[in-house]
Amino acid sequence: MAAGSENIASQLADVARAHIADATGATGLKRLSGGASQETWAFSATTESGEIPLILRRAPGGESSKRDTAVMLETEAILIGLAEKAGVPVPPVRHVLQPGDDLGHGFIMGRVEGETIARKILRDDEFASARPIMAAQCGEILARLHNIDRASLPELRVSPGASEVEQYWHTYKTHGHPHPVFELAFRWLRDNAPQNTELTLVHGDFRHGNLMIGPEGVRAVLDWELAHLGDPMEDLGWICVNSWRFGNIDNPVGGFGKREDMFAAYEAAGGGKVDPARVKFWEVLGSLKWGVMCTSMYEGFRHDGSVERATIGRRSSETEIDLLRLLAPRG
Amino acid sequence: MQDKPSAIELVEAVANFIREHAMPQLQGHTAFHARVAANALDIIKRELEVAPAAEMQERERLAALLGHDGALEELNRELCGKIETGELTLETTALGEHLWATTLTKLAIDQPNYSGYRRALKEWQESR
Repeated sequence: MAAGSENIASQLADVARAHIADATGATGLKRLSGGASQETWAFSATTESGEIPLILRRAPGGESSKRDTAVMLETEAILIGLAEKAGVPVPPVRHVLQPGDDLGHGFIMGRVEGETIARKILRDDEFASARPIMAAQCGEILARLHNIDRASLPELRVSPGASEVEQYWHTYKTHGHPHPVFELAFRWLRDNAPQNTELTLVHGDFRHGNLMIGPEGVRAVLDWELAHLGDPMEDLGWICVNSWRFGNIDNPVGGFGKREDMFAAYEAAGGGKVDPARVKFWEVLGSLKWGVMCTSMYEGFRHDGSVERATIGRRSSETEIDLLRLLAPRG
Repeated sequence: MQDKPSAIELVEAVANFIREHAMPQLQGHTAFHARVAANALDIIKRELEVAPAAEMQERERLAALLGHDGALEELNRELCGKIETGELTLETTALGEHLWATTLTKLAIDQPNYSGYRRALKEWQESR
């Protein structure tokens, strides 16, 4: 039986003393977020010479539940360790929870300070020096990530382009509302799915929110729960989806940079030849994925009546205009 | 026929009430959700203004594409099926025009400030 939230603080103090070098206890426990798939807590280990800022990521209530697409937290910890060795900036994993820790499934990692909120990163003066260099940094980071030796990887979901398309087709059909533009996109994706591509480790959610940014650029790549074996072009396409440009439509890479800068840095860092047509395939699929996810918000709304969910449901049309601009450009 | 104020005027008044009188009294999460609620009322207002005429035109275009009239949702389901099977493609010029017109209307109601919509309108004006 895993500890309830009221017991987490005292359990963490024990775990810190046992597994974090020089730790005398734990302090400052604060819940950062809680989703269906995991909880994130900030805390610090106390030592004689000061505090070590840390993060606890664990399954909700400590109970592990295997979802279709998310990797187990133990797997996520292994991937973060491999990424660190490959030179990808990540918060170092300090301890993977054991049954004796009585905190359930999860791990403790370093807490990297910085900003993840896109609107601040794209507008605040603090990040003016970071914006021009981040597209190249993303290219370099993705090259290193995709180069991680497959033989060293834990068991992962294998999902090349065609199977990703079918997965989201299933979600769309379950929802049931007719979207002719989504149909057009699914048809195009089926006709243009890359065949026999080499599969590598793919982060699976490489975009704002999962990139910790400081004035010097990308400090850490977070949230590896959607990692899988797939087409490396997937990560390059997903970060170019217009929904993640937050209004900066002429800077395709996350609203801060140019595709060419990301591609050049990717190739220079040994990431292999970039195939812009395949990146476009993944950008189209990325827009469609976000559109389908928006429609799924309607299901949540029907359960809880949340106005916020309701309005996100009405944002699926944003992806429809992006899909038309990609697939049926006018003028 | 209902009396004045119209549904559009009522929705507008409630949105104004939330923004100008309720929100200044609220804090944190509740203030955020009040803004989301006011934005939802804006969607309703635009839909009341735009949808009646736009849906008639959408149905006319669908009837022309599919060769028969019907209810809007049923026509859309049939269109989806024909796109899925490849019976209707973008090479059928009328399909592209229909999808553009329908999607532009959806954005005019849902998110008229969305970057992709504003760019599409600009591209459309420049191409004429």
